[in-house]
Amino acid sequence: MTATGMASALTVAMAVLAAKVDARAPIVSAHALLKRYRMGEIDVVALRGVDVELYEGELVVMLGASGSGKSTLLNILGGLDVPTSGTLEYRGENLTDADEDALTSYRRRHVGFVFQFYNLLPSLTARENVELVTEIADDPMDAVDALELVGLGERIDHFPAQLSGGEQQRVAVARAVAKRPDLLLCDEPTGALDFETGVRVIDTIERVNRELGTTTVIITHNAPIAAIGDRVITLADGRIASLETFAKRRASAGELRW
Amino acid sequence: MSALRTKLRRDLWRLNGQVGTIALVLACGIMAMIMLRSAYQSLLAARDQYYADSRFADVFARAERAPEAIADRLANLEGVAVAYPRIVREVMIPMATEPDPISGRIVSIPDDGVPPLNALHLRAGRLPMADALDEAVLLEQFAAAHGLAPGDHLPVIINGKRRELRIVGVALSPEYVLAMSGREMMADNRRFAVLWMLRGTVAPAFDMAGAFDDVSFMLEPNASLPAVLAAIDRELAPYGGFHATPRAKQLSNWSLTSELDMLSTLALVIPAIFLGVAAFLVNVVISRLVFLERTQIAVLKALGLTDRRIALHYLALVSLIVAVAAVGGLLAGARSARWMTDLYADFYRFPTRLLHISGSLVALTLSIAIGSAVVGAIGAVRKIAKMPPAQAMRPPAPLVYRRSLLDRLRLRRMFGAPTKMIIREIERRPLRFAMSTLGIAMGIGIFLMGRFSWDSFDRLMTDRYPRVNREDLSVTFLRSVPASAVHSLEAIPGVRLAEGLRVVGVRIRVGPRWRDTAITGLAQPMELRQLLLHDAPVELPPEGLLVTDKLVEILGARVGDMVEIDVLEGDWSTRSVPIAGVIDEPFGLQIYANATWLGRVLREDPRISIALLAVETGRLDEVRARLKEMPSVIGVSSTEHAIRRYREQTGESMSFMTFVLTLSAAAIAIGVVYNNARIALSMRSRDLASMRVLGFTRREISTILLGELGAQVLLGIPLGLVLGTWWAGLLAASMDPEAIRFPLYIAPSTYAAAAVIALVSGLASALLVRRKLDHLDLVAVLKSSE
Repeated sequence: MTATGMASALTVAMAVLAAKVDARAPIVSAHALLKRYRMGEIDVVALRGVDVELYEGELVVMLGASGSGKSTLLNILGGLDVPTSGTLEYRGENLTDADEDALTSYRRRHVGFVFQFYNLLPSLTARENVELVTEIADDPMDAVDALELVGLGERIDHFPAQLSGGEQQRVAVARAVAKRPDLLLCDEPTGALDFETGVRVIDTIERVNRELGTTTVIITHNAPIAAIGDRVITLADGRIASLETFAKRRASAGELRW
Repeated sequence: MSALRTKLRRDLWRLNGQVGTIALVLACGIMAMIMLRSAYQSLLAARDQYYADSRFADVFARAERAPEAIADRLANLEGVAVAYPRIVREVMIPMATEPDPISGRIVSIPDDGVPPLNALHLRAGRLPMADALDEAVLLEQFAAAHGLAPGDHLPVIINGKRRELRIVGVALSPEYVLAMSGREMMADNRRFAVLWMLRGTVAPAFDMAGAFDDVSFMLEPNASLPAVLAAIDRELAPYGGFHATPRAKQLSNWSLTSELDMLSTLALVIPAIFLGVAAFLVNVVISRLVFLERTQIAVLKALGLTDRRIALHYLALVSLIVAVAAVGGLLAGARSARWMTDLYADFYRFPTRLLHISGSLVALTLSIAIGSAVVGAIGAVRKIAKMPPAQAMRPPAPLVYRRSLLDRLRLRRMFGAPTKMIIREIERRPLRFAMSTLGIAMGIGIFLMGRFSWDSFDRLMTDRYPRVNREDLSVTFLRSVPASAVHSLEAIPGVRLAEGLRVVGVRIRVGPRWRDTAITGLAQPMELRQLLLHDAPVELPPEGLLVTDKLVEILGARVGDMVEIDVLEGDWSTRSVPIAGVIDEPFGLQIYANATWLGRVLREDPRISIALLAVETGRLDEVRARLKEMPSVIGVSSTEHAIRRYREQTGESMSFMTFVLTLSAAAIAIGVVYNNARIALSMRSRDLASMRVLGFTRREISTILLGELGAQVLLGIPLGLVLGTWWAGLLAASMDPEAIRFPLYIAPSTYAAAAVIALVSGLASALLVRRKLDHLDLVAVLKSSE
């Protein structure tokens, strides 16, 4: 058996195992996702047939080097981008051919985002950045409660320029979870932060996942973070290179080192 | 440095919307300056040239009948260079093609055909021959209006006798650049004819052999005008002299001068507004460009380019904007200057071609345009020098926002996050917001300033005028006639009512203050004339004068004060009479009195100079035809006709000016809104994309982006309406208050039009930018830190 064959067999075995662990219906399922970009004069294939399902309450860590396609996958799962081919379903609703309005509505009602560069609005205070989302959500939590959840109850009336990077990222987490999303997608949430602040942010995300039961995906190229995941998906060259499922999380955020 | 040139070309292309809209505002400024300034310069130059060439008189005086010998005494007065005696008489012209008798004036010229002053400029034909008694030269405006040419005949009632005059020439005169008889409110080329005939022909016709009744003067260069006026009055007093009038008050010249004053004000103010707004827009756009390109600038500096070279690159961009604007502005300016001077040429006649756009005006306009654009850019370009190459490579510090006034007012809960974003954005750049708002307001202001005179005049003509002048026809007699003449007019079939007015020229004096005007005596009760004060009817007191408020103010008098009046006819005596009340009238310095009382003061039996007729419906033409037969009548005018002619005369110019003003206001609104929107988009696309990611719809983020612009437009509109009204008031106040007191009125429809123009232009520019919003790259924005 070749090495590739072994890896495939392992993947299949793990998928079977995963199916047993998650006997529930997936909230998001994507099949055979292919994404081709045109960058200037050349075609770039970012995803080459990816199948992935996300289940209620789980915390998935996606690993991969730059250009592995992990951000593209996250963008498609979050309704920011559409695949060139393949299918995407949210709780049985087909989003593959959804138009711009349907995707906006999907993001608005079901998805919370946390980005590497926080993307807070500089003209709004921490509280108002959260309120921005709670004002348009169906069943949001109180903005102050959301900020207390991420440990920023004291700084609710500060503007982004008055907050540290870690604090800004925690505001972003509060903003993402305040609408009680079904899906929390975090794209390199620690990418712009130092170690200690990064741990704090990961801890916050994990706590949200644990306490609110929000299905969470964290994208990172920082392998140690994988230890907090229920499942770890590794992407390479636009394909899923490995998928590991763990019966129990191997570490809490406080125990992480990188 | 061809690489920088390539960058310049591409920048220009990439910024085409912004370059285009700024160029549009700049072009409007250039156009306005070329149009108004060249119209001003052309009129001024034509006037000065014409007055000099034709030896236009400095002083004009009239007398009842002065013997020829007096002319030499007048010529020898100190300060007088030339005295030119003439015979000038009002006549009636009963043209077959016109329903009403037309006012005419016969002016004598010396028998050699060469007047020493007020020379005629023959445009066609020749001067009258000495032995031909019926030859006359006709004023060009009238000839053109009726299609008359040398060889045609014109019927004229001279001294009660109808004569057919043969037109041998058509001419212009410096005294009638604008052809006004003084009896009508506005010039009407169809209804006022001036005929020049040889004095040897005119004198016997009017029994004026060896005498004159009109004299023009040219003064010595250093003569004292008041002294000469007083000396002339003294000399002519024994011969029924009216008071001498300086050139400044000569009707045609006064009108021309008022027009020139108005043009010179507009030529200064309007381009200044456009160029100011353009400078502001250049500043906003270049500042943003330099900010966005700070890394490129740093690279260029690192590569060793001097600050000066880089600054020139941005200034070159600005000069290209000016170049685009200059081409458009100069072409449009030349076109509209032609149109405007053509319009003037219809009323103000000069022997020279009116339009002249001087090279120096073009040069001045372009330098001012370049100057304002460079002033706009200089602040931004100077920042380049302050940028250290390394620092310029780093992203700028995060934008710092403060808690807004609304937060401090604890109104926070009333507004959603998007509204707060809009308010904080405004508070962060209050100056830019204020300037943009002011810019939009100024566009609206220009529109109102350009339109108000029509609105005010229209209201005057259609509302006030008919309320005061209730007659169908007003009949002017050659000389005053006994009051019983109204009965013969009333006897004309179709006349329902005839009432007489006695008009007598007076000089009214209080101490050293005086004015020349006329008293109108109204028989009581009077139905066809209504006197008003503050729009309410005023009863004519049985004794004393009812004086226009402006005249009371000039004289420094009060109701109840005694004033001196020098009566300029009859026994030429001076009387002391009381001011019994005040009225307000929009024109002139009128005085009214009870006709019976006035007759006692003048020590004459009741007489009338004008009769007002109310005519039965449908019989107007019948009555007019009868009036044409009456030799004592020199003019007939009708209220309805005056209003119709006014509308005809102003219609064309009003639509053109409204078109130009609409474009101007729209150009400014588009320039301001579009450029601000583009900059707001470039500054905030990251925020807006973040919001899109969070699930905000395109409409919602458009509201945030365009909300600030909406606020500018919505604040700019009321501000503009106030500003425009204020400017209109200033412009109205700049007119000679003794002649016209414009009741400042701007029609609700004009206000509405100004607001709609700003709103529509703002909306259109916002929609252009909104299209770009729909193409925000949501993914890319998440990957960048700035």
